Amino acid sequence: MLNKNIYLILIISLVFAISFWIGFNVNLLPAEASINAPIYDELFKILFIIGLIIFIGMTIAVIYSLFKFRKRNDQIGDGIALEGNLSLEIVWTIIPSIIVLLIGLYSYNIYDRMGGMKELNHNHEMMTSNTEKIWAGISQTSENEIAINNLSIEVSAMQFAFLFNYPKGNFISGELHVPVDQKVSMKMESKDVIHAFWVPEFRIKQDIIPGQPTILNFTPTKVGKYPIICAELCGPYHGGMRASIIVEEESDYNEWFNKNKKPEVNL
Amino acid sequence: MTTLDSSKEIQKNNSEVNETHEDFRMFGLITFLIADGMTFAGFFAAYLTYKAVNPLPDGAIYELELPIPTLNTILLLVSSATFHKAGKALLKDKNSDSQKWLFFTAFLGIIFLICQLFEYFHLPFGLTDNLFASTFYALTGFHGLHVTLGTLMILIIAWQSRINGGRLTSQNMFPLEAVELYWHFVDGIWVVLFIILYLL
Amino acid sequence: MTISIDPQKTNSESLQPKGWLRYFSFSLDHKVIGIQYLVCGFLFYLIGGTLASAIRIELASPMSDFMPRDVYNQVLTLHGTIMIFLWIVPVVNGAFGNYLIPFYVGARDMAFPRLNAVAFWLIPPSGLMLVASYFVEGAAQAGWTAYPPLSITTPQSGQIIWILSVLLLGGSSIFGGINFIATIIKLRRPGLKLMQLPMYCWAMLGTSLLVVLSTPVLAGTLILLSFDIIANTGFFNPVLGGNVVVYQHLFWFYSHPAVYIMVLPAFGLVSEILPVHARKPLFGYTTMVFSIMGIVVLGLVVWAHHMFTSGTPPWMRLFFTIATAFIAVPTGIKFFNWVATLWGGKISINSAMLFSCGFIINFVFGGITGVALAQVPFDIHVHDTYFVVAHFHYIVYGGTVFIIFSSIYHWFPKVTGKMLNEKLGILHFIITFIGFNLCFAPQHWLGLNGMPRRVAEYDPQFQFVNQISSLGALLMALSTIPFLINVFLSVRNGKDAGDNPWNALTPEWLTSSPPPVENWEGEAPLVEEPYGYGKEISEQNKNI
Ligand code: HEA
Ligand code: HEA
Ligand code: CUA
Ligand SMILES: [Cu+2]
Repeated sequence: MLNKNIYLILIISLVFAISFWIGFNVNLLPAEASINAPIYDELFKILFIIGLIIFIGMTIAVIYSLFKFRKRNDQIGDGIALEGNLSLEIVWTIIPSIIVLLIGLYSYNIYDRMGGMKELNHNHEMMTSNTEKIWAGISQTSENEIAINNLSIEVSAMQFAFLFNYPKGNFISGELHVPVDQKVSMKMESKDVIHAFWVPEFRIKQDIIPGQPTILNFTPTKVGKYPIICAELCGPYHGGMRASIIVEEESDYNEWFNKNKKPEVNL
Repeated sequence: MTTLDSSKEIQKNNSEVNETHEDFRMFGLITFLIADGMTFAGFFAAYLTYKAVNPLPDGAIYELELPIPTLNTILLLVSSATFHKAGKALLKDKNSDSQKWLFFTAFLGIIFLICQLFEYFHLPFGLTDNLFASTFYALTGFHGLHVTLGTLMILIIAWQSRINGGRLTSQNMFPLEAVELYWHFVDGIWVVLFIILYLL
Repeated sequence: MTISIDPQKTNSESLQPKGWLRYFSFSLDHKVIGIQYLVCGFLFYLIGGTLASAIRIELASPMSDFMPRDVYNQVLTLHGTIMIFLWIVPVVNGAFGNYLIPFYVGARDMAFPRLNAVAFWLIPPSGLMLVASYFVEGAAQAGWTAYPPLSITTPQSGQIIWILSVLLLGGSSIFGGINFIATIIKLRRPGLKLMQLPMYCWAMLGTSLLVVLSTPVLAGTLILLSFDIIANTGFFNPVLGGNVVVYQHLFWFYSHPAVYIMVLPAFGLVSEILPVHARKPLFGYTTMVFSIMGIVVLGLVVWAHHMFTSGTPPWMRLFFTIATAFIAVPTGIKFFNWVATLWGGKISINSAMLFSCGFIINFVFGGITGVALAQVPFDIHVHDTYFVVAHFHYIVYGGTVFIIFSSIYHWFPKVTGKMLNEKLGILHFIITFIGFNLCFAPQHWLGLNGMPRRVAEYDPQFQFVNQISSLGALLMALSTIPFLINVFLSVRNGKDAGDNPWNALTPEWLTSSPPPVENWEGEAPLVEEPYGYGKEISEQNKNI
């Protein structure tokens, strides 16, 4: 009996060890390039480890019983007539409930840190009329901060391209240029069908739904060029609906901005 | 309809052998009505969401008058009562009374449909004018379809409850009971629809 | 104790065709209808699988070269629709439900045999119509979810045919659901208590409740969508003031429960198969029943987890995250109970057993990625990517399709009186298992690293992993060959099975194999302990 328990404990610790090792050493995610990304990866790691423990545990249990309790050639008759065990049932109801609850609370925390729980600021500076309803994507920081230094861009999505309008510079670009380490606030609108704005390195995605102007905020943290991918089926060329986001040092960004800037034209 | 037919067959067979199962046709019908009710529930949910989220655009008209629908509500409620009378009469083997009540119920159903069409033609908006107009027509139209079907079925069982050669007798009440349940269901839906569409 | 079970004799048998022909007739015999569902579903599986192969061929290279882009969209829409509505749903519900439920409740047929036949005969025409639309005008190309406004603006005839055929299939499924509920609740043999029913009955009861409660909502939604297309109304058309998110809510109110419609019956089937081949009672019968009902209730209130990026308010996302993740609890109970069923048994390692155990392993994997997807912040990154594709194929293929194969190995002797060849069966299992994991495991990585779903062309950096995935799909396609050979050979000259080759205790085995037209020569046996392995009662039953 004692022996059996020791084996059980050994196996369980081994499963934990393997899962933690894989969780910490196998990287399945792309580069981290926004302040969302490390938060996301933290959640991913935890989920990955818990998932691995459960999966490896169940797999071992199944394969072990197939071997241990397989019918040998000389055997006849049935197995033991075990029909149930109340305390076992209670244990395997309560433990998963606790795990699920903890995961839920934790991911709530993560989501809050990403800015997802925040009601959207209604004084977004580009809001044109007061009646227009704006929908929330992730909105990262407090309203104050937005008012001070936000970089506002209007995104319009259409079959099959993204267009980025820089109202302050009065020009439209096919590439999204943003300075590093600054909060970007985008108002996205779709002209025809549903599209989605996805930057894998930023771990953000937001559907762009016709009839629902949507705000999405993010702060890039790493200079580089990343793909913007449309993630919602929008027609034959959905796969080709891509753009690039170019994160640059502030000076480079300003240079680019000034080069494209057009003087205000009053008609 | 198939439900009813095949189970009749079953019941015949059942009474040939010794009957050990209670009649489950009503049970099947109730399940079907729950399913049907869910279709309406989906429509209502859509309507209420639209109401909460999508304001009526400027200049769009969505005005409903109360008199006709109120009359229609009364018509349907009365018809539920008259149908009940028909069932009572049949139970007492008064087939011709039953038949009269059934025809009267069907008559009320037809009046309801006529009123509804009348309302359709006099509304200030058409099917595609705006979101609410479309939802209004979809909901009332789908309900009207149910009333039409119900009226047809009432006419059929009224025919069957004729004194000589009719299949409907106090021994074989099922067709009448089934249609009656269906009719009450359609009335109930109308009351909900009336409250949500006209009163809210 | 003699209670005569009469129930519903189906009508005059002499009029029904005999032999092979009856499978092409409007037969009212639940066994015939069950087989019709199975064979018809399998033919559609081959079509859907051929389409899947086309998808994987296209994706073997990063360019859109194998077929034009709009054809690719048609192919993936057809693939999803066929696999769900014409293969999984009709087979796990219709085929096995029709064949087994009357045996399990001790009846001679379903409650409404004619409705039953109608429900089946709705399927082939609507399926054929769907497939034919591809050749005639171009099939629907908005995905199996048919989100407007895309579904309103794509070529219309294909989309209308798609709607029509999904409506018919939904109708078929509702008729089936009504029939199952009535049969299980009302048609039980006298003396048979609810808590003595085999687990598959409970699973089908739960499934049918979901069918009855949620399918009509889909029907209503699709009717509105078709108005948008034909009559130019604006329910879901933002240009006319409509709201596209309402469609998504209504659609997922059906289509999330639909995933349990696809998997609960499989849970029921595996609960029948494991005890027989492990020679042990089903562990924890009562909790299993409650967990099915728990899944049914929870399954109705989690739909918005498919819409985390659609601009739903934060509180709604939070609620749906918690509700969704909690489904892991009742589902987990079932899995732990199955492992406990194996524990201490005398397990015969045969094809049915292997496919069932493969199911457990694959489903746990798919379920865990599901729980991860339920977390809003996690889902925001991987929504609409190959991670989701991997998640659900782990469940629908690794779960339900594995169980369908397992069930075929298990009940083939019942239906035909012949055994299937075990060697070929195990070969089939090995190739399927390897091919399946090779095909879908790498897709998790693809999704995490930036490959969206529903694209015919992709970033060349993903080419290698996609090719591995395509190789896996090739193996899966090959694995059907030993299976088909096995079935054809065994039907003709398989080993005689006898009436009860597995020494099983559930009622369908207590009659001859194949069973007579009205299931039992005499009256239906009263099986109080369908899982009484290792008990005295099982010794008695063996002598029947
Ligand atoms: C049969 C089909 C089936 C089944 C059963 C499931 C089961 C589950 N699914 Fe899945 N799902 C689909 C089919 C299915 N799914 C399909 C087709 C889609 C894509 C639709 C589309 O967009 O085209 C999808 C998409 C999908 C999404 C949306 C992803 C997105 O588009 O962004 C989500 C998100 O929450 C989700 C979650 C879940 C969860 C939590 C379960 C749970 O029920 C799983 C529960 C099971 C377990 C967890 C394993 C066993 C449990 C234990 C061993 C206990 C211990 C475990 C823990 C404590 C975690 N699924
Ligand atoms: C419900 C069940 C189900 C099943 C069983 C499958 C089975 C398979 N699926 Fe499916 N799939 C879906 C449901 C299913 N799928 C859904 C709902 C979608 C989403 C659609 C959408 O986005 O709208 C999808 C999408 C989907 C995609 C993503 C497409 C995209 O987003 O761009 C891919 C890609 O790899 C894929 C692959 C496969 C493969 C390789 C199989 C394999 O397992 C198939 C194996 C079977 C065979 C290969 C058949 C063998 C037979 C032959 C080869 C033919 C011989 C022919 C004759 C004798 C006539 N599927
Ligand atoms: Cu735009 Cu896909
Ligand atoms: Cu779901």
